[in-house]
Amino acid sequence: MSKRSTAMKSENKKRETTMERIHRGLGKRYRRERWFRRFGLGAVITTICFLGILFGSIVANGWSAFKQAEVLLEIHFDPAMFDVDNLAAANYGGLVKKSLRQMFPEVKNRRDKRRLYKLVSSGAAFILQRRVAHDTSLIGKTLDIWLPADDEVDMFLKGYIRRDVAESDRRLSDKQIGWIDQLLARGRLQEKFNTTFFTAGDSREPELAGIHGAVAGSLFTLFVTLALSFPIGVATAVYLEEFAPCNRWTDLVEVNINNLAAVPSIVFGLLGLAVFLNFFNMPRSAPLVGGLVLTLMTLPTIIIASRASLKSVPPSIREAALGVGASKMQAITHHILPLAMPGMMTGTIIGMAQALGETAPLLMIGMVAFIVDVPHGFTDPATVLPVQIYLWADAPERAFVERTSAAIMVLLAFLIAMNGLAVFLRKKFEHRW
Amino acid sequence: MSSGFFLLILLALSSVAFMQGKRKALALSRLSTDQKRTGKLHSLPGYYGLLTALWCLLPALVIIALWTACGDSILTALTLKTLPPAMQQLPADELNLLVNDLHNLVAGHVAARDIKPVLQQAADRYIEMQRLARLLLGAVLFAVASFSGLLVYRRIRPDMRARNHVEQLIRYGLIFCSTIAIFTTIGIVLSVLFESLRFFKQVPLTDFLFGLKWSPQMALRADQAGSSGSFGAVPVLAGTFMVSGIALAVAVPIGLMSAIYLSEYAGKTVRAWAKPVMEILAGVPTVVYGFFAALVVAPFIRDTGALFGLDVSSESGLAAGLVMGIMIIPFVSSLSDDVINAVPQAMRDGSYGLGATRSETITRVIIPAALPGIVGSILLAASRAIGETMIVVMAAGLSANLTANPLQSVTTVTVQIVTLLVGDQEFDSPKTLAAFALGLLLFVITLILNVIALYVVRRYREEYE
Repeated sequence: MSKRSTAMKSENKKRETTMERIHRGLGKRYRRERWFRRFGLGAVITTICFLGILFGSIVANGWSAFKQAEVLLEIHFDPAMFDVDNLAAANYGGLVKKSLRQMFPEVKNRRDKRRLYKLVSSGAAFILQRRVAHDTSLIGKTLDIWLPADDEVDMFLKGYIRRDVAESDRRLSDKQIGWIDQLLARGRLQEKFNTTFFTAGDSREPELAGIHGAVAGSLFTLFVTLALSFPIGVATAVYLEEFAPCNRWTDLVEVNINNLAAVPSIVFGLLGLAVFLNFFNMPRSAPLVGGLVLTLMTLPTIIIASRASLKSVPPSIREAALGVGASKMQAITHHILPLAMPGMMTGTIIGMAQALGETAPLLMIGMVAFIVDVPHGFTDPATVLPVQIYLWADAPERAFVERTSAAIMVLLAFLIAMNGLAVFLRKKFEHRW
Repeated sequence: MSSGFFLLILLALSSVAFMQGKRKALALSRLSTDQKRTGKLHSLPGYYGLLTALWCLLPALVIIALWTACGDSILTALTLKTLPPAMQQLPADELNLLVNDLHNLVAGHVAARDIKPVLQQAADRYIEMQRLARLLLGAVLFAVASFSGLLVYRRIRPDMRARNHVEQLIRYGLIFCSTIAIFTTIGIVLSVLFESLRFFKQVPLTDFLFGLKWSPQMALRADQAGSSGSFGAVPVLAGTFMVSGIALAVAVPIGLMSAIYLSEYAGKTVRAWAKPVMEILAGVPTVVYGFFAALVVAPFIRDTGALFGLDVSSESGLAAGLVMGIMIIPFVSSLSDDVINAVPQAMRDGSYGLGATRSETITRVIIPAALPGIVGSILLAASRAIGETMIVVMAAGLSANLTANPLQSVTTVTVQIVTLLVGDQEFDSPKTLAAFALGLLLFVITLILNVIALYVVRRYREEYE
């Protein structure tokens, strides 16, 4: 009896210890639970922070590029300098220099003069030339004209070149800073909205460089991409989803498309180089070739999205159409395609956004060339916005850093607009069956 | 007269054909109803028009495509025939130069070499032939289009199965479009393989795969110092794997944890906001990441290293890897999120019923169940990281150091491809061909990763569907 009672006692004791053990472990387990949860939240927050830092640093570097220092010069278009039949031969640079000399008559020394001239951009002469060519009645007049200042002056005004650094470590000499101060005091040097950035092509001089050429190249390239990839992608998706028999060939096409979606983009560039440029002798650096390469690259994205969209159309619609006597093709073109179209367009826009941001394959087909002119056709040499960013990122001038960031802001604005459109389309036309 | 002009004319012709075909079909149907005959139209009138238009357009389009594909080579061959025999007997590479000069002359570019009068004559002849060929092409197009259009037009009868014909044609078009993806793959494989084979003729395969030194310099003269380049891909591959490894070390924990948090813990509103925001990271162009890495991250790492007395290269593998890691977070997280969501709720409920906490359910039940999918997503992210170009081009270096130190400058496969191929280069030096060999390597590695990943993900999906 006593034996049994001790056994029961020990049993009791054991049961208690199990509960106790659970309770003892509970605090630790809850603690672990809380930590796990915090890690998860931390991961999400870290990601969002990365995004914030990325955008923040770009905006912080880039917003100042939308302003550019300009100098107000009093230019006298001396009739003696112009030959009416050959306006281009006139010494426009001389006009700028003369005006600067008049403004600072105390500068006599040759070296100082050269430094003084450096305050105004070398592009000022071209601006004057263009104005005179545009309107010959200017000859003989004296006008106040805002001309772009040199990029060093611009950087100084924006605070990137600091006054308190030793003169030898700074790109502007003390004298130049003195002149800048005088110009500022007279109100003849100001930061104005940088229109050049949006209207000019590329240039070696930061103050004359703009993104117009790159944006035009991007648009031409995207146009080719869209014109080819949308119809081909939709046709492929329709075939695979509606017509293709279930056999090994179809399987092969499917696996192939999924694989192509994950092939590194630079490999498409190699394809473009070997096939389009070397085999078909297409022009280098042309938006046409860029568009072809990007078409091949974005096709898988569009096909996959279009197939998903076709799949989501309920079979009842198809069956109803067939039931009232439509042929299979009529059921597809009259009923299924219109219903699947929003999804297909969303996929296409996302593919286009991908193509707009793509750089590597375009490097391979020569779209990295330094191209000053704005392209006007599909076979003109051109560059695209991301490649322009890559080129500027390599440039040593400080002023190109902010221009690169500004170009990135423009690119991101395009991408956000496109993705916003895709989201809008999805929200507006999304059917839930 | 450009091809665009031809296309416009063709479109106009085919729209005329459409109108005529439709009108004839309508007239026939009216006739048959007037005379109370039984012969009703087989298809809607529009299909007759469409069939006529398609037959008018398609043969001509095929001719245009053929001409644009091989017209130039035919003209060149014809022009070469007219050159003096001495020039025709030139070795292949000199003949190539000659052809290049010819093309430059024809296009009106100023050629660098001084031009022989014979060549100038040949170019003039070429231009003359080109003009003739264009005229001829226009005539042939017009003739073919009207002939085939008329042929169909004359055959329109009420019992003609126009709709079926049109649908068959459209169907062939669809099939043709779906083969383009296959042709792309074949094109990639062939173009990369072909150039690589030429490379491996000059540099043995074993040297390429197992060589420990990468310096793709080719001497201009044989006696030049360091005349033989070395093409050992091991340092380049090591650099690639190091950068991708760092990227995965950043992206996998963060991506996986955020996927878990968003799918298991987060409320609806948090999820609705955080998911798209995280996916923005995937939509940012890689060139932006590259700029960010070079401008912000690399100097930051260098300065931090300097604080601890470390000598960090300004183009370190670490900076490139970190930024690449940020880039691939969304790939890991969104795919893992899908997989975690696909785990049946019953498994969760069972685990909770046994008294497990949420984190225990996640680590002991959900993750093991979702593991194949997660592995698949990590493999896809790895393939993305290996093939990523712009970040490493802008932030990693060019020198191929065989090192395990992430603070040193390393180079990757993609960087080497870009540096070897950007700019003008001749197409038979091993230096250029090496880029294609690297491309082949890259394609094979990523293909293997993708195939495994897609297979795993697919198998896994089937398991729970």
